[in-house]
Amino acid sequence: MIRSALGRDLLFAVGGLILLAALPLVFPGKAFADFVIRLSAFAIYATSLNLLIGYGGLVSFGHGLFYGLGAYSFALLMQKAGTSIPLAFALTILINGAVAAVIGAICIRLKEIYFSFLTLAFQMLLHSLIIAWTSVTGGDQGLTGGVPRPPFLGIRLDDPRHLYFFCCAVLVVSLFIMRHLVQSPFGYTLRMIRDNPRRAAFLGIHVWRIRLLAFVVAGIFGGVGGMLISLFVSSAYPDFAYWTVSGEGVFMILLGGMGVFLGPLAGAGILLLLNDLVTRLTEHYSLVLGIVILAFALGLRKGVLGFLKDWWTKRAAGTKGRQSAATPAA
Amino acid sequence: MLTIEHLRKSFGGVAAINDVSLHFEPGSLTAVIGPNGAGKTTFFNLITGAYRPDAGRVVLGGEDIAGLPAPVIMRRGMGRAFQVASIFSSLTVRESILGAVNAHRRDYAQLLRRFPLARAQSHADEVMELVGLSARAHVLSGNLSHGDQKLLDIALALALEPRVLLLDEPTAGMGSEERWQMIETVHQLWARKQITLIFIEHDMDIVFKYAQTIRVLSYGKVLAEGTAEQVRRNPAVIEAYLGAHFEGRAA
Repeated sequence: MIRSALGRDLLFAVGGLILLAALPLVFPGKAFADFVIRLSAFAIYATSLNLLIGYGGLVSFGHGLFYGLGAYSFALLMQKAGTSIPLAFALTILINGAVAAVIGAICIRLKEIYFSFLTLAFQMLLHSLIIAWTSVTGGDQGLTGGVPRPPFLGIRLDDPRHLYFFCCAVLVVSLFIMRHLVQSPFGYTLRMIRDNPRRAAFLGIHVWRIRLLAFVVAGIFGGVGGMLISLFVSSAYPDFAYWTVSGEGVFMILLGGMGVFLGPLAGAGILLLLNDLVTRLTEHYSLVLGIVILAFALGLRKGVLGFLKDWWTKRAAGTKGRQSAATPAA
Repeated sequence: MLTIEHLRKSFGGVAAINDVSLHFEPGSLTAVIGPNGAGKTTFFNLITGAYRPDAGRVVLGGEDIAGLPAPVIMRRGMGRAFQVASIFSSLTVRESILGAVNAHRRDYAQLLRRFPLARAQSHADEVMELVGLSARAHVLSGNLSHGDQKLLDIALALALEPRVLLLDEPTAGMGSEERWQMIETVHQLWARKQITLIFIEHDMDIVFKYAQTIRVLSYGKVLAEGTAEQVRRNPAVIEAYLGAHFEGRAA
């Protein structure tokens, strides 16, 4: 049973990777590849935020901090320190983890809205730092000069096809790891704390330690999303660390559904599609987005995947009920 | 087993617990009674780490645990269920108890393994059987009846294999028949587990039938302690809490 659950997830991950690898055969255009790369970055970021919101009950308004930090750390390491891509990836993960540990240790002791506001404050602090520290970050112009992409292990990320497959692989591996974490004892403890932190404490659980661990894990994967976008645009911009990125993360979770693991992935897809399609039709993108989000908030609170899951569960229960009604009692 | 010495706690100048000293024998079944506002729940909160005492000692198995945080006290062998069932609404009964077992075995922060851990399952099943929730193992805790939620709350505490179990009004909010079923279940698990069990209760018929010893609190002080017979005949208890009609109901 235990092995089969892990095996099922692994099978799902491999299947997803094969599907993503095959999609360019159907959609060969550059626009599609670019869409999937952006989706990968946002899906990892939104799923990491959902570890906090959906599984931990910690509504962070400042998770974009880690997206921006990941993008800048990676881009600066590549540009200024001239490290290899794997080393820059590893160092960025360490930086994000360390920053998340420090900020998390301060924030998670606060409750509800105070936690949310403090995370937002830290994000704005990073944004201000990026704007002010022009000599390193390029200020409001962002990093100029591009991010080098030296080949490693036969992978050449300056080749668009390699970059596409690389981003897909990072997406699948990141989602697989996060899926495993929410299905681990830690993941269930996180759900217990979300439901009833006081009860969890009276079972011997150190609530703040689990919350801090969740905050660090989310910060690391938020940074992985930032690294991908930095690779894609070959730069890093202050907008990556702006509060609107945090808002977009929350919207993605809302659109896809926080109660389903892949909800944020679906939400990221919906938001990017909306962005790409609506901006072609009208300049009032924000107005259309606002209406869509309002519609979801009022009529589809569990998000698209949450709605589909409920529908499927009810359908399955109905089928089971009909079958048992048709079967005479033993 | 559990000894309370000169415990004090005030809120805004009002003494909620005022120089309380009590001793609970290992394996004993004790009821804590008293009028509303007597400090019964505050007493539980102080010895389980929800509140920090202003003064006094709480000695469990020879160690002073007064003022330690709740998770640490739970690890020292204390378990607690609440007046209003304190459960995990979005988890099933089994998931909740498995989570509690993980907490007890310090597996709750495991990142590398999958839930449920094989080593937790038999203990969780045993706890569910003990409180009679096996048939509802896969029901969401939030969908349980009030009585079953109270049982689950107790089961969560039992998963910690406590040396001392504190139950704050286990029969609160139940109908007459359900109340007797609940206390019978509590009594059976006390007899099977041989733990030190302390419960707060307002139903005097239940208290006098089941409790080996009774401690009466009033205005944050110990008003009386003893067996059912001793407490029932105590004039101070009759005046402060029981009322005159109980005098004539001595067994």
